[in-house]
Amino acid sequence: MFLVARKDLRVERRAKIALGQVAPLALLILMVFAFALDANTSLLERGAGGLYWLAVLYGGTLLIQRSFDVETDDGNMDALRMSAIGMPSLFLGKALALFVQITVLELILGPGILLLYNVGVVDWALLFAAAIAGTLAFSVCGVLWGVMSAGLRVRATLLPLLLVPVLAPVLLAGSRAFETALGVRAGAGWTWAGLMFVIAAVHTALGLGAFGFLLEEG
Amino acid sequence: MSVVVEFERVISVVGSFPVLTGLDLRVDQGEILHVRGENGAGKTSLLRACAGLLSVSSGNASVLGFDMRVDRRAPRRYIGLLGHENNLYRDLGVSEHIEFRAASVGARASDTAAALEQVGFPQQLWTVPIGSLSAGQRRKVAIASLLVGRPRLWLLDEPHAALDTESRKNLDGILTEASTSGATIIFVSHESPATKDIASRVVTMDGGRIMEDSGAD
Repeated sequence: MFLVARKDLRVERRAKIALGQVAPLALLILMVFAFALDANTSLLERGAGGLYWLAVLYGGTLLIQRSFDVETDDGNMDALRMSAIGMPSLFLGKALALFVQITVLELILGPGILLLYNVGVVDWALLFAAAIAGTLAFSVCGVLWGVMSAGLRVRATLLPLLLVPVLAPVLLAGSRAFETALGVRAGAGWTWAGLMFVIAAVHTALGLGAFGFLLEEG
Repeated sequence: MSVVVEFERVISVVGSFPVLTGLDLRVDQGEILHVRGENGAGKTSLLRACAGLLSVSSGNASVLGFDMRVDRRAPRRYIGLLGHENNLYRDLGVSEHIEFRAASVGARASDTAAALEQVGFPQQLWTVPIGSLSAGQRRKVAIASLLVGRPRLWLLDEPHAALDTESRKNLDGILTEASTSGATIIFVSHESPATKDIASRVVTMDGGRIMEDSGAD
């Protein structure tokens, strides 16, 4: 697992796609919304959680795409199939690398919403728990659906189409949990965070069982 | 001599197109088999079927003693496959890449230097990102990536592609040495003059089956 994660992160560190392109683009999305809704401060505050997760979804999808572009490039997918790495390790390794990359993206976007959307944090524990749960769900869903579309020529457009409906509950739960953590709306923030952990757990179980088959048939 | 590859009336289909159409082939340990044939004859499909990347629809197929109809993943850890593509991560450094490949097949990362020296890859380029290498240098890195795993069965598709004369000779030497140590080599090549010296047997394919076999009784 760590072998694959280390390789993916090393490739990413060299290519600098996450920090050099994806993070600035996601930050730009937050800024565009900040300017667009500038006149309506209360709407901006109420929507901060949702806009944050929307930016994460956009950036995360690009990172997931990139994670599998690296494998389909120059026939590396065949080399992975031929390797002695167990399929569960491969799945978890790619998910771990994505988790780290999306976490870095969120560490950049987090201060972004605090500064641009004029919101404050009232429950740090919930904020961190929701961020971790959402990132976990993004990572495992991304690897599972990423490998499904990896072998297809239309993967660049197909992956977001597959991923957005699957991640819609994460987007919703993340937004609600963040609204509570940011003190915008009183509600069951911890329940929403728990739901994201459940989604992550279900997709991890699915991925551990199906990743080998999907890689083989992709 | 033990049998490494044994295919009997093997049929493989890609989509709805049969790429192997009743192929019979037996390759013994230590052989260096040169597979030739026109474009679309099924040479690459044969290599992929041997590697378990192409499923066998009918017939009997065993590779390194594993029944490919039961579990086509099983022999892969003992096989080194080099296709048209080099299977390289462009953003990794040369030695980083080979260390990853070594670890991924359960080999020792410490063999990286020896593998690179064996393919004649200049030491000053070991830390250079693969993406900035020439086509020939990338091919050498790909060969070193196989070498480090010490495969029992080598499956090579146009292994000499992009290599200069000296490097081709060097590769032939590596393959001959591997064969002497007990490995079996099946390679596809259009360049008969360059490879006739090392092949112990030549088969010609057409239409997804073997049409000529220099080793046939």
